[in-house]
Amino acid sequence: MAGGIWVHGELAGDGSLAKLSTEVATLARSLAEASGEPLTGVVIGSDPKAAAATLADYVPRVLAVAEPETAEHAAGTIVAQRLAALIAEHEPRIVMTGAGAEGRDLAGALSALTGWGVLANATAVRWDDGGPVATHNVFGGKLVTESALTGDQGIVTLRPNAITAEAAPAKGKVEAVTPSGSLEQPAVPIVDRLEASGAAASIDDARIIVAGGRGVGGPDGFTLVQELADVLGGAVGATRAAVDSGWIPYSQQIGQTGKIVKPALYLALGISGAIQHKVGMQTAESIVAVNRDPDAPIADFADVFVVGDLFEVGRALLEQLRSRSG
Amino acid sequence: MRIVVLTKPVPDPASGAERLGPGGRLDRAASPAVVNGNDEYVLEKALKLVAEAGEGEVILLSMAPASAPETMRKALAMGATRGVLVTDPALEGSCTVATTRVLAAALKTLEFDLAFAGVDTSDGVAGVVPAGVAVLAGLPYLSYAATIEPNMGARTVRVNRITPTGFDVLEAPMPALISGTQALGEPRYPSLKGIMAARSKEISTISLADLGVDPATVGTAGATTRVVGSRKPPDRAATRVIRDPAEEAARQVVAFLAKRRII
Repeated sequence: MAGGIWVHGELAGDGSLAKLSTEVATLARSLAEASGEPLTGVVIGSDPKAAAATLADYVPRVLAVAEPETAEHAAGTIVAQRLAALIAEHEPRIVMTGAGAEGRDLAGALSALTGWGVLANATAVRWDDGGPVATHNVFGGKLVTESALTGDQGIVTLRPNAITAEAAPAKGKVEAVTPSGSLEQPAVPIVDRLEASGAAASIDDARIIVAGGRGVGGPDGFTLVQELADVLGGAVGATRAAVDSGWIPYSQQIGQTGKIVKPALYLALGISGAIQHKVGMQTAESIVAVNRDPDAPIADFADVFVVGDLFEVGRALLEQLRSRSG
Repeated sequence: MRIVVLTKPVPDPASGAERLGPGGRLDRAASPAVVNGNDEYVLEKALKLVAEAGEGEVILLSMAPASAPETMRKALAMGATRGVLVTDPALEGSCTVATTRVLAAALKTLEFDLAFAGVDTSDGVAGVVPAGVAVLAGLPYLSYAATIEPNMGARTVRVNRITPTGFDVLEAPMPALISGTQALGEPRYPSLKGIMAARSKEISTISLADLGVDPATVGTAGATTRVVGSRKPPDRAATRVIRDPAEEAARQVVAFLAKRRII
């Protein structure tokens, strides 16, 4: 077995490298240093050049695979088949990818093709006893577990925003690679692309998130949430209750069935902090919550908890922040 | 229209009582089991689609311990037609690879137009099983669905897949496997009539031998990953509670944000 750690470089919609992949690559580099395993990035797409060049800022060697099929087809299964063929040829030990939608689709298909196990949704990974040991937050953050592979080979998926990306001291080399073999799995065509109407600022990478819950009371209440987000230069988030009520789109939902975020500030308005929501935001650096109910669960894990009416406190906050910035 | 819905009984995340047992495996006795949240969204969609089609059935497929029928009854009470449970003592401690193999093998024994799965489960949160099942079953895979629109005449299905900027509209021939999200719509509560009806609905069980799966390749014996440790996460610093009137409370929040160099 040749060995080595591979990083899958995920393509964003515009062909650039996904931010999550820079986080995965940074982590993979630390594992390569700890283990002595050679480190290689792999970018597979219809035009992998730009993303491969960016990935080379993080790893010493990048394989760029031009795969025209991914231009107009769902990418996950296609990329997995190309990666499986490359793995058979080069025999790396570990493949690392992001735990977002793209990475999970890829990891699932690749695991099925190779039989390799998956250390999934890791928040950190260290090298110990000859292999990767992944840390996971489970049961809504009540428990931290560590897991390892039982064999020599496997896949690791890393949760978004778990670590801070850092480029390598020296830029790596990009090698163009021609895919070999045929694609056996059914390809699924993309027949159209739709922009979400009224798309709000993305919460994925936001430094500041102002989020509203049931207590906000309706779509009108989210005007205040939006105004606070605007003055703070942040994005608007929401709980499942607010999304289910149709006050704000699903793209802004934080929690178990929504997104996992790690902003510098999480300002929670009218959010009780039920476990399903807590899962998505508990690792925020600072949590400030405003809630009428002094017994709301969020009082237990916020840094600052204001007992009061969210509209009164929110408006006062808005005025003071505006006079400060103005 | 016949739709198979992959469902998993999971410890109720709202119970707060989940814990690990021996070998780092889930202690299933510690907390009540519920149908996995994301599975409820796809089940709801499946029930609506079959109702709209005017004919057909919704079949639940689970790989779970022998106690699972109790949880499957909850999904049957929502309106699913019948359940298929893959259960075998050898499956205890199965990793995602084994789960994927077993579910794919079980799926191959069923006839269906569409198979649905939630994008992930609240206990494992791996989100890798649906894609793997599609590969092993040789099915087109349409993931992260916000909408699902079958066309029985053309025998195709369209899905709006959630992307960071909007949606990719995917189209595939039937049969296909679709993983779905909460964006599909809120699941119904079972009616009393539904709960009564669920008691007499069929749940058939399949063993590994029925599927021709070697017990040595699944469960703890065949696991590709293992839990090597667990600990409680470090506590956050104590909460500062502010009970002052709005103006003063806001001033203190602004001071806190400035101190932490957030503003």
